[in-house]
Amino acid sequence: MTGKGATVVERVRAGDIRAAARLMRNLDDGIPGARAVLRELFARPGHALVVGLTGPPGAGKSSLTDRLIAYHRKAGRTVGVVAVDPTSPFTGGAILGDRVRMQDHALDPGVFIRSLATRGHLGGLSRATSDVVTVLDSMGKDVILVETVGVGQDEVEIVELAHTVVVVSIPGMGDEVQAIKAGVLEIADVFAVNKADREGADRTVKDLQMMLDLRRTTATRGGLDHDSVHRMTRTGSEDPHEAGWWEPPIVKTVATRDEGMVELAEAVERHRLHLDRTGERKLREVARARATFLTILRDRLMQGALNRLAEEVGHLDELAARIAARSADPYELADELARRL
Amino acid sequence: MSQKNERTLRILVAKPGLDGHDRGAKIVARALRDAGFEVIYTGLHQTPEMIAAAAVQEDVDGVGLSIMSGAHLTLFPAVVDALKERGASDVTVFGGGIIPQDDIPKLKESGVSQVFLPGATTQSIVDWIRGNVKPRAEVA
Repeated sequence: MTGKGATVVERVRAGDIRAAARLMRNLDDGIPGARAVLRELFARPGHALVVGLTGPPGAGKSSLTDRLIAYHRKAGRTVGVVAVDPTSPFTGGAILGDRVRMQDHALDPGVFIRSLATRGHLGGLSRATSDVVTVLDSMGKDVILVETVGVGQDEVEIVELAHTVVVVSIPGMGDEVQAIKAGVLEIADVFAVNKADREGADRTVKDLQMMLDLRRTTATRGGLDHDSVHRMTRTGSEDPHEAGWWEPPIVKTVATRDEGMVELAEAVERHRLHLDRTGERKLREVARARATFLTILRDRLMQGALNRLAEEVGHLDELAARIAARSADPYELADELARRL
Repeated sequence: MSQKNERTLRILVAKPGLDGHDRGAKIVARALRDAGFEVIYTGLHQTPEMIAAAAVQEDVDGVGLSIMSGAHLTLFPAVVDALKERGASDVTVFGGGIIPQDDIPKLKESGVSQVFLPGATTQSIVDWIRGNVKPRAEVA
């Protein structure tokens, strides 16, 4: 451990749990000083591979995370975990219960688990998730597992954060029509069909397979794939016959019985090799940087705009009341404010 | 959406020891959530070391313990000590359960800040936390 005179940056890079945990808290709470620390950490990143796990509530994301921690620890890798749970929209409170499934690792110094509440952020993560991942990376973690909140169809923010996205589904969630829907299913680099000991697991695998077949078929028709045009980080080849094409494997798992976990971990590892071989890892990091930058920019501009609004135009609540009563026009007000900025 | 740099209190709710009755802990966790706190719930059968490790990683402001087994005189002080060992003696420890009145002074002497007995309302727990658990300093 580093001595008392060490800076927060030095302590975090030395793996100091207390310093890192407090920095995460400060980032989550938006303490201005924490930003400066993050800037320094950002300048010299670690080497962590970031793996995201997403899927509907109750699919077993925490249990899969727990088993993946065990797998990586056995291989001698240190692991960071960020687990996101929802904040109550009414009280602002949250119950963060993902640790319950990860108790086997509570005393392992090679594992750092952090629970985050969404705090009103949509998209499956929280505003500070990316920052917390940066801190874990700076601590020198080899692998960082990011577990999103239970998601539906459109919370796809994890693609902007993770090198590899595992989409977890379970038998009986929906028919093949669900499988061709856009959104969460599209972002998978690896599919885990968890609770595969339940009835309907093979059907779920088949449905996912059919969706992937459709994607392959449409992709060969010369760039008309609607998905590929809109995908943010699918930067590899769009041609299934080229080496850059990645066909997401589908792995059946029963996390609570530790079944299929080696296969799942190996599928993630194959994807990592694919990222390195094709150079897509770099491209994904550019995509993450882009998302990070836009988020910071949006926050800064919004804060500036709201300050300006309060100083020069009027109180937000009063304006909202006027807009609701149709005595003010939201488009005109926004234009006016934008001109002042 | 004005940005207030107001800290959200983070409280770890844990059940040390071997008893399997977590209904009380769950009710308290729910009440604290409804009071606007972030509650880290760690489940049953926690050792004091596990609780302290989680408290440090999660950077909580307070730890609430629930014990029904009668082992409070051992387990409560053990959690206080485990936190101290990890450099987290600034975390407020409180608890509740089936605890004889006579044991309360001993628990407080060992570093437990408050003890709630059966019949304590969840509101009284929330009020006590609001008054006595302070959000953390910026530097650990």
